[in-house]
Amino acid sequence: MFVDTVIEDKALHKPVFLIGLSLTVLAIFFALNFTNTLFGEFLRPVIGDPTESGFFGRFAVSLVLTIIFVVNLFVISFFKLKVQVAIVWVELFLLFLAFAYSFDLKMSFIQSRIPLMISRGLFTTIYISAISIVIATVIAIIGAIAKLSNNGFAYAISSFYTSLFRGLPLLLQLFLIYKGLPQLGFMVDAVPAAITALSLCYGAYMTEIFRAGIQSIPRGQWEASRALGFKFNLILRKIILPQAIPIIIPPTGNQFIAMLKDSSLASVLGVWELMYLARTLGQRDFRHMEMLLTAAMIYWALTIVLEVIQARIEEKYKQKS
Amino acid sequence: MMDTKTNIPNNTEMTPVISLKGVNKWYGDFQALSNIDLEIKLKEKIVICGPSGSGKSTLIRCLNRLEAHQEGTIHVSGIELHERMKDIDVVRQDIGMVFQSFNLFPHLTVLENCMAGPNWVRGVDKSKAKERAVAMLEQVKIPEQADKYPDQLSGGQQQRVAIARSLCMQPKVMLFDEPTSALDPEMVSEVLETMIELAKSGMTMICVTHEMGFARQVADRIVFMAEGEIVEQNSPKEFFNNPQHERTKVFLDQILE
Ligand SMILES: Nc1ncnc2c1ncn2[C@@H]1O[C@H](COP(=O)(O)OP(=O)(O)O)[C@@H](O)[C@H]1O
Ligand SMILES: [Mg+2]
Repeated sequence: MFVDTVIEDKALHKPVFLIGLSLTVLAIFFALNFTNTLFGEFLRPVIGDPTESGFFGRFAVSLVLTIIFVVNLFVISFFKLKVQVAIVWVELFLLFLAFAYSFDLKMSFIQSRIPLMISRGLFTTIYISAISIVIATVIAIIGAIAKLSNNGFAYAISSFYTSLFRGLPLLLQLFLIYKGLPQLGFMVDAVPAAITALSLCYGAYMTEIFRAGIQSIPRGQWEASRALGFKFNLILRKIILPQAIPIIIPPTGNQFIAMLKDSSLASVLGVWELMYLARTLGQRDFRHMEMLLTAAMIYWALTIVLEVIQARIEEKYKQKS
Repeated sequence: MMDTKTNIPNNTEMTPVISLKGVNKWYGDFQALSNIDLEIKLKEKIVICGPSGSGKSTLIRCLNRLEAHQEGTIHVSGIELHERMKDIDVVRQDIGMVFQSFNLFPHLTVLENCMAGPNWVRGVDKSKAKERAVAMLEQVKIPEQADKYPDQLSGGQQQRVAIARSLCMQPKVMLFDEPTSALDPEMVSEVLETMIELAKSGMTMICVTHEMGFARQVADRIVFMAEGEIVEQNSPKEFFNNPQHERTKVFLDQILE
């Protein structure tokens, strides 16, 4: 993207905007009414018993929250971009923690269950996702080439495949494979069934991504290669794919992240991956939120790892050209 | 310095390197080439000109079968170009082509662009391919750009790299499709000079161009096309001083103001 070299006044430094923002935020806080929460408790010296404070209490709480919010934004606006980003991230994360904390979590319960969650759940999730990612990528390369070829059979099979597997809900595919194949005499375990469904479904999405990436390379590249006497495979390998891969990487990264999370569908087949353990471990003690939030944090951490890897690869390709 | 491993038999001065007989080509219902007869001998320099849409690109692209013709025959060094031929890549390796839009490989450096062909399909080893690439970049006068990427070069420089890339294959024939049309005016001459030098070295050249100064200086023959037909062909002197057809006169009036 192009960032203009002329700097406009920051909206936050214009009085009109500040006043408008303050009023809007005040209205929102007032409507949401935080009087009976921690915030009302903090203001007890001013408003008295929060539950009894009525309109005045509600307004006072909203006003204080609004001032904190707007002053916070105003202060942040003076920092450099990178610092701004860091501060806002930390603040949002703290808010998220506060949200989680409000459930009255029992930390010792989390601690006692986390080893199993990681050794069994995380391991299985990564195992299923990693294998599916590799298979889906292979399918996508073959599918994309088939779709671009002028072989009628290859095109027909490939387009039928992408149409079908993009057209069915993943959960339905999962059941069709897990319940359907045994009736035809092929026994499948839950894990292979999950891997098959994920690979086929994401292979179909990625086929389209790869096809579009390859097609985005200008015709002139093919023509120049042909004019030099290069054959199809050589052109694809040495000329087209190296140019298409940087285009393909961001949407493919998205698919990997989506697949990682969709591996949680395997839990409906009783596979002991993260989601399954999150649902079952807390059940007996009615400690649902503990386990669900733990699983949430693990999934989130995993996707951040994938995002970082994707950014690294993108950076590498950017330097090259 | 002819490649010892060239694929097409050497021609004598007399037999044509390229010959077209009764070539017709259609895009759907639209006839892009009608009844083209043309012979090009070794070391000959041909300039093809004509109004936009007259089929010049189509014609030149049929010569290495980037386009398919439907009727008539095209022979390159005695090998007929047709749909079912097995050795089209062998023929193409002996025909260099320079495009209006350069079509360099943007992910490869200038040097790698020039080494790719010989190294990947001619069986020349890396060090030899590099040696040859450097020599060709010297010939087009940009050896100092060898390690840059194409988009770091000006249009004129890119086109000279494209010429060097083709020359690295040590082709028998060079095809040029309006090589200077996409260039800023001040870069046209550097590319034309490169082409003139190439002509002096004895290369067989077929150039689609509207650079009439170049045509006058270099061409053995000028072929004038209109609406998919060859209207007339003549030596530059005759072509400019004594055009035979009304259309040629109109075209020359327009292009020479
Ligand atoms: N791929 C194509 N499909 C349909 N028509 C085409 C195609 N390529 C060229 N033509 C048509 O063929 C005619 C000749 O084109 P071209 O050889 O590019 O002309 P020139 O190079 O002389 O300007 C033009 O009328 C053009 O519109
Ligand atoms: Mg043209």
